[in-house]
Amino acid sequence: MAKIILDDLRHSYVANPVSDADWALKQLDIAWDDGGAYALLGPSGCGKTTLLNIISGLLRPTRGRVIFDGKDVTDLAPDQRHIAQVFQFPVVYDTMTVYDNLAFPLRNRGVAEAVVDTRVRTIADMLDLTATLDRRASGLTADGKQKISLGRGLVREDVNVIMFDEPLTVIDPHLKWQLRSKLKELHQRVGATMIYVTHDQTEALTFADQVVVMKDGEVVQIGTPVDLFERPQHVFVGHFIGSPGMNVLPCSVDNGQVRIGGCAIETANGAAWSAGAGSADRPGGLELGIRPEFIHFAEDGVPVTVTKVTDVGRFKIVSTRFEEHAIKLLVTDGQPIPTESAHLAFDRNQARVYENGWVVPAEAAA
Amino acid sequence: MSLELKSVSKRVGADMHIHPTSLVFEAGSFNILLGTTLAGKTTLMQLAAGLERPTGGEVWFDGRNVTGVPVQKRNVSMVYQQFINYPNFSVFENIASPLRVARVAEDEIKQRVHAIADLLRLTPMLRRNPSELSGGQQQRTAMARALVKDADLVLLDEPLANLDFKLREELRDELPKLFADRNCVVVYATTEPAEALMFAGHTATLFEGRVTQFGRTEDIYREPRDLVSARVFSDPPINVARVVKSGSSIAMGQGVEWQAGDGIRSMADGEYMFAIRPHHVAPKAAGSQPVAIAGKVHVTELSGSESVIHFDFQGNSWVSQTPGIHPFEVGSTAALFVDVSRGLYFDGDRNLVHAGLAQVGA
Repeated sequence: MAKIILDDLRHSYVANPVSDADWALKQLDIAWDDGGAYALLGPSGCGKTTLLNIISGLLRPTRGRVIFDGKDVTDLAPDQRHIAQVFQFPVVYDTMTVYDNLAFPLRNRGVAEAVVDTRVRTIADMLDLTATLDRRASGLTADGKQKISLGRGLVREDVNVIMFDEPLTVIDPHLKWQLRSKLKELHQRVGATMIYVTHDQTEALTFADQVVVMKDGEVVQIGTPVDLFERPQHVFVGHFIGSPGMNVLPCSVDNGQVRIGGCAIETANGAAWSAGAGSADRPGGLELGIRPEFIHFAEDGVPVTVTKVTDVGRFKIVSTRFEEHAIKLLVTDGQPIPTESAHLAFDRNQARVYENGWVVPAEAAA
Repeated sequence: MSLELKSVSKRVGADMHIHPTSLVFEAGSFNILLGTTLAGKTTLMQLAAGLERPTGGEVWFDGRNVTGVPVQKRNVSMVYQQFINYPNFSVFENIASPLRVARVAEDEIKQRVHAIADLLRLTPMLRRNPSELSGGQQQRTAMARALVKDADLVLLDEPLANLDFKLREELRDELPKLFADRNCVVVYATTEPAEALMFAGHTATLFEGRVTQFGRTEDIYREPRDLVSARVFSDPPINVARVVKSGSSIAMGQGVEWQAGDGIRSMADGEYMFAIRPHHVAPKAAGSQPVAIAGKVHVTELSGSESVIHFDFQGNSWVSQTPGIHPFEVGSTAALFVDVSRGLYFDGDRNLVHAGLAQVGA
């Protein structure tokens, strides 16, 4: 397993990149610990697959270096980097048995048959494939085949990192959770460095110790799932993570007091903002971000009218209107919901002021 | 203008892809076909549209027998999972195409295309080609083309499945608004119970070519008629265990017992299957009747806002879904609480006998 460093990496698919838009990956520097579980999360086109392909060696970066355990691998082909990859579509030898599929990477490297047998059976057991070992791979369902793809990566013991590119795409939705939690379980048992690319926040947040949130070729925030949920540094992270995402409302700050429309709101960082430190005259201005999970109905507070109630089973999403803005909040199954006018209270520790998209630091900037 | 399936079935070789099914979808209704892949959703939609001919039964629309009438002669629109657009036409021409085929006047075409493009936020893209659009925009173009026709029957087969998570959320919000003022019958296929709940309307749960239940989405969710329907309508899977009722007490395996509440006391003594949804199992005592259980943890998934704990309970694989961060170690024994007042009881034939607290918070 390896410590991975991405040093001053940039990539363009265009021969002579000129403007910002020509760069699929703008400058990044990332260091990942050995044995960690990481996710690259972002919408289509954010650069996550480009980044994954650079790490695996399928793509040579326009600039910068990829370093595994102190060794510069930028010029090495994928098969020289000791990596295992699991793609969207299972890569399986249909005519071979499940056993032979799993044994293949080891037999290819001349490993003794007795050792091959032990490894194959160990991995098959971890993946619940033992019962199917003697079956032809072609007879398995999509999730079974994906497990074989995964198994071929796990069976080798010299793997630096295992990389997943949207591996659950072809899996039946009602089986996704099984394979998802199996991947998590595997990571905990095997301790391999794993990098997982996805646009699905549930997959990223449940799998990874650390998530790299990307947009337009840049890293917006790196953090644990809890960090990203409780302390989004940018409104994009607030919007992209959480279902529904964070409410973002234009606000003003006057002498440390934050207001939305006519209402005064207590926040975690509003008191630290001052004009001149940044400037609210630039496009974007000041906004208040608060997640639906941190708002509740109260006797007084922000006056709203309830416009819609959507049932998700375990909770309801209540859409409300405040002046010309929409605010959503979550109410757990079984709790009463006002039908027309009501008041909302915001959890002050989770209400934050953002300037031009970025969170205002809670301690006043120097 | 309702759609009625009268004992419609489809046999292919020796297999029944759809067992005899009778359903009525009313005009202006939003109907969801919920089931896993290969449950029969697409086949059922194709039979309703006239894309496939049933091997048994009849399809009626607006009081007329339309069985065997091919789809071109019906007034039907379809939206598929793979957004299908004419690659060489602009977005405007894509949307206009069904109207051109119907030889609608040019002025009217312009007016109708602009109206629908506006509804689907495509106005700035009308001059572009599909290849220049993002996935979400391409799917909206396909939807616009399906809607501009003003069809009597609109079928959407997992239309959001190929889109990014966030985009799915946004389009899901917009979809019901598109149909709000129309009198057409909408049929929407999905594998996700949460989507069915969000759209509300009516839901038909499908399993292995059969419709196991059909009714108002909320009603089916709160009172599934049998264990199969309860399972189809659950993600993560619903937790199930055997229980024994004797007099006024219910016992679940060794050492777990509770008092039978109203409605349950009158059930016959004996064995039942007890089912409880993951969000009614939590690390803290909550709800009207929390009962303590112990589970051996396989894995905990933390998503920032909630925790999904997979554990072993008396030989069953159970799941707890709860807000907040609860990082139980793999292999540890977790103390959890089941709010049994929310439990569903099924008899030997797997039919619902009692649905816990069905009326509260409905």
